Amino acid sequence: MASSSKYKFGLLWSVGFVAFALVPVLMTSRYQMNLASHILIWGLFAVAFNMLWGVTGMLSFGQALYFGIGAYSIGLFVNHAGKAWYLPAIPIGLVAAAMLSFLLGLLVIRVSGVYFTMLTLAFAQLAWQVTFKWYDFTGGDDGIQGIIAPGILANKMVYYYFVLVVVFISVWFLKRLAYSPFGLILRCVQQNPNRVRFIGRSVKMNQLRIYVISSVFAALAGSLMVGVDNSIHTDMLFWTTSGEVILMSVLGGINQFFGPFVGAVILILLEDIIGAKTEFWPIFLGTIVLIFVILFPKGVVGEIQHLRHRLKIAGESGGRHETHASA
Amino acid sequence: MKPMLRLEGLRKSFGGLRVTDEVSFEIQPQEIAAIIGPNGAGKTTLFNQITGYLAPDGGHVFLEGQEIAGLTPQKIVKMGVGRAFQIASIFPDETALDNVRAACMSKLNQTRHLWRPVERFNRATEQAFAVLASLGLERQADRMAYELAHGDQKLLDIGIALVLEPKLLLLDEPTAGMSPEERQLTRQLIKQLWAQYKLTLIFIEHDMDMVFGIAERIMVLNHGALIADGTPGEIRNNKEVITAYLGEEA
Amino acid sequence: MDLYFIVTQLISGFTMATLLFLIASGLTLIFGVGNIFNFAHGSFYMIGAYFGYQLVSVWKVNFWIALVAAGTGAGLVGAAAEFLFLRRIYGRAQEGGFQILLTYGLILIFDDLVKLIWGTEYKSISKPSGFTGALQLGDIFIPTYNFAIIVIGLVVVVAAWWILAKTRPGRIARASAVDREMLGSLGVNVPLVLTVVFGLATALGGMAGALAAPLRSVTPGAGIEVIIDSLIVVVLGGMSNFWGAWLGAVLLGEVNAFAVAYLPAWSTLFSYLVMVVTLIFRPEGLFAPTRLRKV
Ligand SMILES: Nc1ncnc2c1ncn2[C@@H]1O[C@H](COP(=O)(O)OP(=O)(O)OP(=O)(O)O)[C@@H](O)[C@H]1O
Ligand SMILES: [Mg+2]
Repeated sequence: MASSSKYKFGLLWSVGFVAFALVPVLMTSRYQMNLASHILIWGLFAVAFNMLWGVTGMLSFGQALYFGIGAYSIGLFVNHAGKAWYLPAIPIGLVAAAMLSFLLGLLVIRVSGVYFTMLTLAFAQLAWQVTFKWYDFTGGDDGIQGIIAPGILANKMVYYYFVLVVVFISVWFLKRLAYSPFGLILRCVQQNPNRVRFIGRSVKMNQLRIYVISSVFAALAGSLMVGVDNSIHTDMLFWTTSGEVILMSVLGGINQFFGPFVGAVILILLEDIIGAKTEFWPIFLGTIVLIFVILFPKGVVGEIQHLRHRLKIAGESGGRHETHASA
Repeated sequence: MKPMLRLEGLRKSFGGLRVTDEVSFEIQPQEIAAIIGPNGAGKTTLFNQITGYLAPDGGHVFLEGQEIAGLTPQKIVKMGVGRAFQIASIFPDETALDNVRAACMSKLNQTRHLWRPVERFNRATEQAFAVLASLGLERQADRMAYELAHGDQKLLDIGIALVLEPKLLLLDEPTAGMSPEERQLTRQLIKQLWAQYKLTLIFIEHDMDMVFGIAERIMVLNHGALIADGTPGEIRNNKEVITAYLGEEA
Repeated sequence: MDLYFIVTQLISGFTMATLLFLIASGLTLIFGVGNIFNFAHGSFYMIGAYFGYQLVSVWKVNFWIALVAAGTGAGLVGAAAEFLFLRRIYGRAQEGGFQILLTYGLILIFDDLVKLIWGTEYKSISKPSGFTGALQLGDIFIPTYNFAIIVIGLVVVVAAWWILAKTRPGRIARASAVDREMLGSLGVNVPLVLTVVFGLATALGGMAGALAAPLRSVTPGAGIEVIIDSLIVVVLGGMSNFWGAWLGAVLLGEVNAFAVAYLPAWSTLFSYLVMVVTLIFRPEGLFAPTRLRKV
């Protein structure tokens, strides 16, 4: 069983990679490649976020902060120190995100549940306010425009493949992490934090570690975004950005590793199709959220798997009932 | 030889309620002892203080001569105190194997690995299987913990504690909620585990067959105070114990 | 340093504190009683403000009647939202996260509906007649409207506290915070209690919105700022602690008033600063009598 699912997974992985790799070849417009880049980057962001929520049970409403750090690191260095700083600014941004998430993490993990959610939100909004108000340094509400990646990365096609490779490697790393002993402990932290203490592990320490890791990947996603849009804006730090990855995760399914990625695909395509036709996209989005939260809390991937599982059981034994005990 | 566990004048109150009242006793290595007492006598609370879940208001807890009162559960677990809970405390959405394997990896200090998949950790996997086998759960290894029968969940909880290779194992009502047949099996199993793993074992139980069947020593708590401590024979004939169980008027 | 200036700022801070407390007490109420975190609570503040605008500025209704009507309207919308949506997810695994998400969905919908109905421009309400001037106490002038807010706020809060602490429905509501199943088995209609409490809590928020409208302009998207401010209040006071929330509101209101006076550009940062300091030194809340219990 393990080997067949591994094989299936490898197949899925290759199909996904090839599909995305073919986008520049099959596309009919620049715009489609742009859309595909957005999907890849948001997919990475959402998968990294879900390591916090779906895996560890920490619903952060402030990951936009780190997404913004990744982007603004490049923007600010290029703007204030010169074009040569574009590439060095990426690792600098990642390190900055790691350090900040470590320090803030020490604070926010002191509380749990909704307190955690709201505190992460408050810190991210604080960063947004600073960015918004500090016009001389950050460009305030104007953001920073015309940031061009150096060398061959300035070529949109090359940059697309650059994004593709970085995203796939990152997601692969996170996938390995999810199924490693560390990932197992994280799931245990969500399911029964008390028991985790009684097997000799610190709940807070593990929460802090994944908070830092998830935030660094959020920053990486933010830094990749710069070369796609060639500009950055305070909206990247705004709370709706944090909300977006949460929605992607729910749409796709928070209990499946690839759920959030699928959610990113769905949400971005929907936004592209519906958002173009109406000013009132948020009403649609809000309605979709209500429908999923109330009727399909497992998300698209989760509900499909659930259905397949049910069909399989019905096929095997003529319908056996499942009981689900809670913790 | 130093006692495995020594309590000295342990005290704890919740509001005005005295739940642990000057409790002192010693447990020698490889003893098997039972703690009994009416509901609400403070048995679980006593375990909570020994294992670091609650800090005592006063008094001492020594593990092999070393003070552990007030330490965190993590530290105490690492010093060799394992614990299973009154209500099975497991990881419901993991397989039975992963429940035990997670604990085992914690003991082997492998929980920081974030690249190699869990299945490739052979030593942890073997040890986890061995513990599942000694509990008779090897055929449930790949099932989700929430799918297991109640009795098997209780055993799994013990398995999680056992794989940590504790010197001192505390079991809180291991047979609670089990059918009579399951109780019978569990009773034998626990006695066998005690011998096999050379454990020092303290268990809380309401099932008197189990208490008088396998404990070498019985301690009786009532209203937080230790009212009797002796061999099964001594306890059986203790007036105070009988009064505690049958009520003040009896 | 000018003493009059300081007193003026104190009063302005106290006005803001009263509004904050009205909002935060609604948040605390529904969290304390129903263990429901209403992320959209700020949206009800916004809805109340728009209802007030519609009634007062468009339909020329008397301000005080409009105030009650706006609060009631927001409360009805809240009760409906609880009845239609929230109650469908009670008791589910990871309920807390889904509550936040569901109410996030409501924020998206309400914010946009407000834009759809009233447009994106700033709206304003003029102060009610007779409350445009100032009271004079010696050399100090207190704007009458601020004074009215403080009085109304105190009345509402004391009344809410009295209902919760002293009346039978209030005791039932508080008991449902402790043990829903128990109450259900005693024949209390717990879902109804939750709907009513949710309605009352959102009505408090909506009233605060209408009350604040003459002082702050009415805008779509005001909800999120408000929810963060009330969250800070709640963090300071300790969640589900009524009087703690009041002290938290006063502290935040005063800090804000003085920050606005001395460092206007960065005033909003001070609220966060207070919260960060609190979290570092007293994560269970500045005014919480007991330690925060682990969930
Ligand atoms: N955290 C707590 N806060 C307040 N009171 C508590 C707490 N834990 C336990 N108690 C009270 O302390 C008393 C002793 O509880 P404890 O769980 O230790 O009893 P027990 O002997 O294990 O009973 P049982 O046989 O029913 O398991 C009870 O009255 C209980 O209500
Ligand atoms: Mg007990």
